[in-house]
Amino acid sequence: MMGPFLEFYVDPQRCIGCKACEAACSECDTHRGSSMIHVDFIDPGVSPQTAATVCMHCENPTCASVCPADAIKVDEHGIVHSSLKPRCISCNNCELACPFGVPKISIGLQQMQKCDMCFDRTSIGKKPMCATVCPTGALFYGTPAELAARRPQGHAINLWRFGVQEIRTRVRVIVPAGVEVLEIDVAEVIEPGGAALPPAASESAREFL
Amino acid sequence: MARLSLPIADYVRAYGPHISDSPVRGWDHKPTVEKLVKTHCCFCGMQCGIQLQVAGNQVVGFEPWEEFPFNEGRLCPKGVKRYMQTHHPDRLTSPLIRTEAGFREASWDEALDLVVRKVREIQAKQGKNAFAMMSGVSLSNEKSYLVGKFARLALNTANLDYNGRFCMVSAGAGNKKAFGIDRTANSWSDLPEAEVILVAGSNVSECFPTLMHYIWQARDRGARLIVVDPRITPIGRTADLHLAVRPGTDSALNQALLAELIVHGWIDETFVRTRCSGWDELVASVATCTPEWAEAITGVPADQIRSAARMWGQAKTSFLLHARGVEQHTKGVDNVLSLINLVLATGRLGRKGCGYGTITGQGNGQGGREHGHKCDQLPGNRDIENPVHRAHVCKVWGITDEELPHKGKTAVEIFEDIHEGAIGGLLNICCNPMVSHPDLNYVRAALERLPFLCVIDFFMSETARYADVVLPGSLQEEEEGTTTTAEARVVRIRAAVSPPGEARTDTWILLELARRLGRADKFTYADNQEIFNELRRASSGGTTDYTGITWERVEREMGVFWPCPSEGHPGTPRLFEDQRSYHPDGLFHLHTTAYRPSAEVPDAEYPIYWTSGRSVFHYLSGTQTRRIKFLVDKAPGPLCEMHPELATRLGLVDRQLVTVETRRGALTVPLAVVESIRPDTVFVPYHWPEALAANQLTVRALDPVSKMPEFKVAACRVRAATADEATRARALFAELRLEAPEDAARTRRQVAP
Repeated sequence: MMGPFLEFYVDPQRCIGCKACEAACSECDTHRGSSMIHVDFIDPGVSPQTAATVCMHCENPTCASVCPADAIKVDEHGIVHSSLKPRCISCNNCELACPFGVPKISIGLQQMQKCDMCFDRTSIGKKPMCATVCPTGALFYGTPAELAARRPQGHAINLWRFGVQEIRTRVRVIVPAGVEVLEIDVAEVIEPGGAALPPAASESAREFL
Repeated sequence: MARLSLPIADYVRAYGPHISDSPVRGWDHKPTVEKLVKTHCCFCGMQCGIQLQVAGNQVVGFEPWEEFPFNEGRLCPKGVKRYMQTHHPDRLTSPLIRTEAGFREASWDEALDLVVRKVREIQAKQGKNAFAMMSGVSLSNEKSYLVGKFARLALNTANLDYNGRFCMVSAGAGNKKAFGIDRTANSWSDLPEAEVILVAGSNVSECFPTLMHYIWQARDRGARLIVVDPRITPIGRTADLHLAVRPGTDSALNQALLAELIVHGWIDETFVRTRCSGWDELVASVATCTPEWAEAITGVPADQIRSAARMWGQAKTSFLLHARGVEQHTKGVDNVLSLINLVLATGRLGRKGCGYGTITGQGNGQGGREHGHKCDQLPGNRDIENPVHRAHVCKVWGITDEELPHKGKTAVEIFEDIHEGAIGGLLNICCNPMVSHPDLNYVRAALERLPFLCVIDFFMSETARYADVVLPGSLQEEEEGTTTTAEARVVRIRAAVSPPGEARTDTWILLELARRLGRADKFTYADNQEIFNELRRASSGGTTDYTGITWERVEREMGVFWPCPSEGHPGTPRLFEDQRSYHPDGLFHLHTTAYRPSAEVPDAEYPIYWTSGRSVFHYLSGTQTRRIKFLVDKAPGPLCEMHPELATRLGLVDRQLVTVETRRGALTVPLAVVESIRPDTVFVPYHWPEALAANQLTVRALDPVSKMPEFKVAACRVRAATADEATRARALFAELRLEAPEDAARTRRQVAP
C-alpha cells in the first residue's frame, strides 16, 4: 500500500442506524449536498438492525467491467473513482451491475458518482468523513494493527460470493470468527415472498406517504 | 392575553418550521473558510466537540474536532447538520408584538418597555409571584446562572422553574438522597473498564449516539451488556440480556434484582455495613421480592431476572447507566434509588471501572441544573430554604435575606397556577412547553387564560405563537460561555458569529430587561466571563463547586470536572474515591422503594400501555431539528410502533393511519408494525407539536418528590383512523415538509402586516 491510505473496515454489528455517515458524506467538498452512502434496515419490521454501505472498492470492480465507455478507473491505491466525465455516457450499466448498489448516475451532471473513500481527505492523511464521525465505530479507518489492538475479537474478511461471481474488495467487513467468505445466494434474494403485506384487514388500510 | 390571532397554518407559513437543506450560501460555491471555531454541539448532554467553519460572520460548514478527548471527532447526524440552523430563513430577526392580525415588528425599546410595564402591572395587582419565569437547559452555564439571578432580583419572583423538570429532576433528587451530590459519579472513561454494563431506560443508541463508542470499547474487552427497555432499541439488539420491562414497573424489577443479589451473597458486606445507612431496612423491604413476584408485575421472565442478577452480582467491576426511561414517572425518584441500591449493595463505585450515572439529555442538562435555575435552588446546588446557603448567595449578590425570594412552584405547577389565574404573566426562554409539557390540551387552555406571555427564542416556537411579545434571542454559537457535559466536565462554548438582524444575545436581553426593571446595579457585567466568575464565587463551598474552574483552564485542559474548589485543584473526574458520600455523615444512603403502580394503567376502556421517547434525528421539542431537511427527511413526523401480535388482534396493518387515544386527547399517525416492542405497549416519539404532539396524550401526574411528570406511561387505545382524521393527518404531515419561500421576509410581512 502506497501513500497515506489506510484500511477501511465496516462492522455492521455496531451500526445503530443514526445515519451520521450519510449526513457527513453529503458535506464532502467534492459532491456537496448528496450522500454516497446508504444505510438500510436488514430486516425491516423484525429487527432494528441496520447497516451502512460504502463503496467496497473491489479489486476487479464490476462497475468498471460492465462500463462500455471505459470510464471507471481504479487508482494505484485500489480506490475506485467516479466515472471520468468526458467518457461517461450515463448508461446506467454500473448502477445495475454493482452487487453492493453503490454507483449512482447523477442526471444533472450526466456522470456516475460514487464513494471515492474521501480522496480529498485520505490523500492528505485524514480519515474519510464517514469513518471520522461514525459514533460507534461501525465504519472504521486505520491500520490492521490498530484494529487488532482495539477489537481483539474482530475478524475482518474481504471475500464475497454472489452466486457464481467471486469478488475481493479493498474494504473489509468484520464478521464472526470462522467466516471466511460472505456467500449471497442471489436467486434466493430476488425470489418474491417474505416482504409481502398481510391482507388488508381494514377498509381504511392504505399506504401512508 | 396569550392566544393565537391566526390559524396555526398561517404561523407556519410565515415563521416555519420550514425545511432548509443547504448551507447559508448554497451547496455550489463554498466560500473560503476564514476560521475554524472549536466549540461543542448544542444537541444533548454529551456536548461533543465540533469545529464550525466560519466565513464572513456566517457558519458555512463543520469539521470534526478529533483532538477533543470525549468524542475524538465522532458525531451523530444532528451534530453534523446543526450548522444549518444558524442562518436558517426562519430565524427571528426583530422583536414582535402581537396584533389582531398576527405579529408586527417593533423596536427593542417598544418591546422591552411593554414587557417591563406588564411585569409591573401584574405584580402590582396580584403580587410579585404572579409573574413567573420558565427557562431551559440548552442555555449555557452563564445564562442559566443569570436567569436564576434575574428572576429572583429583577423580577422579584419565587416562581422560576425550567424544562429540566421534564428531563432529569428525578435523577437529581435520587442522586441527592443517596449521594448528597447530583452528578454522574464517573467520567465516561470508566465505562470501557467495566465487566458488566446495565443500561436501564435509556436508548443510548438514539439519544446519545456518541456514548455508544464507550460501551463498544467495553464490549471489545469482553464486557456483558444488560438493557432494560420495553423496546428492542439498536443498543438493546446487541445486549447479552434485553429485559423487556412493562412500562412503569422498573422499581419492581430492581427490587427483585437486589433480592437475588442478597440471596446469593453477591453483596459487599463491609461496604454496606460501614459505608452505607439503611441496609437492614432495605434487606427487609425486598424479602418477598422473588423473580416470580417481579415477573408477574414486570412481564420479564423470572429466569432472565436471575440471569441479570448473576451477571451483575458476579462481576468485579460494573457501570450502571440510566435515563428518562426510568426517570419520567410518578415514581421516578424511587426507580432511580432502586437502581442506585444495586450499585451500593455491591460497593462498586469510586474506583476504576466501577461507576454510576444518569445520562443527562439536554445540551447543558448538567450545568443548567446546578446554579439556581430551578425553583428550590441557589448556585452551587444550594437549597433556597437553607439559611446558611441563602446567606452565602445574598453576600455574593449584595442583598439582604428579605430581598431573596423563597421556594417557588415547579414547571407543571406554574401552568396549573396560570390555569387557575394565580399567575398572570410569564417570561419564557429556551423552553417550548407547547410541545414538551404533558397533557398539552391543558397547557393550551392555560396559555389562553394567561394575561401576558413574553417569549425569548431564536425561532418562532409553538409556544412563541401564543406570545404577546416575542424577543429574538441567540443560538448557542452566538455567545461565549461554558456548558457542563453529562460527565460533569465543564467545556467552553465559543461565539462563532453574532446574531442576525435585530436579534440580540440572550444575555443582552436579560441585562437590558434588568436595567429597565430598575436593577442595573445588580447586573453590571462587562462580558460573559464576568458572569462566569461570579458564578464561581456563588458556587464556592456548595457541593457543585466551580471555584477553581476558569475559562482559560477549560480551554487549556479541554474541560475541567467539578467539584474543583480551588485554582490549583485538578478537578474531579471520579467521585467517591475516598468511599465517602457528600452527606454530612459521609455515608451512602440506601432507600427502600416499595413498588406502586403508575398513575394510569390500562383498563377495559383503554387497554394498551402507551409510552414515548425520542428519535435520533430530533432534539427535544424539535424547534431546531424540525427545520433541517436532512433530519426531517429521515424522521418527518411521529409514528406509532406496535407489535404484529397486537396489530393482528386490532386488525391493523403496517403504514396504515391509526388514531391513538387516551383520556386526554387523540393523535392520528402512521402505524409501524415492528417486532421490537412489547405486544402490550405502543410507542410514539414526542418531538412534534399541536395535532401531531404525543404530549396531547400524556398524564399530568407528578412524582411527589421531584415533581417530574409521568411521560412514560399512560393507558391508550388504538383504532384505524377515520377518513376525516386521515385527510387531516396527511395535510399535517405535508406541512412538516414545507420549504422556505425564496423571500421568507416578504411572506412574513404579507401574513403579518
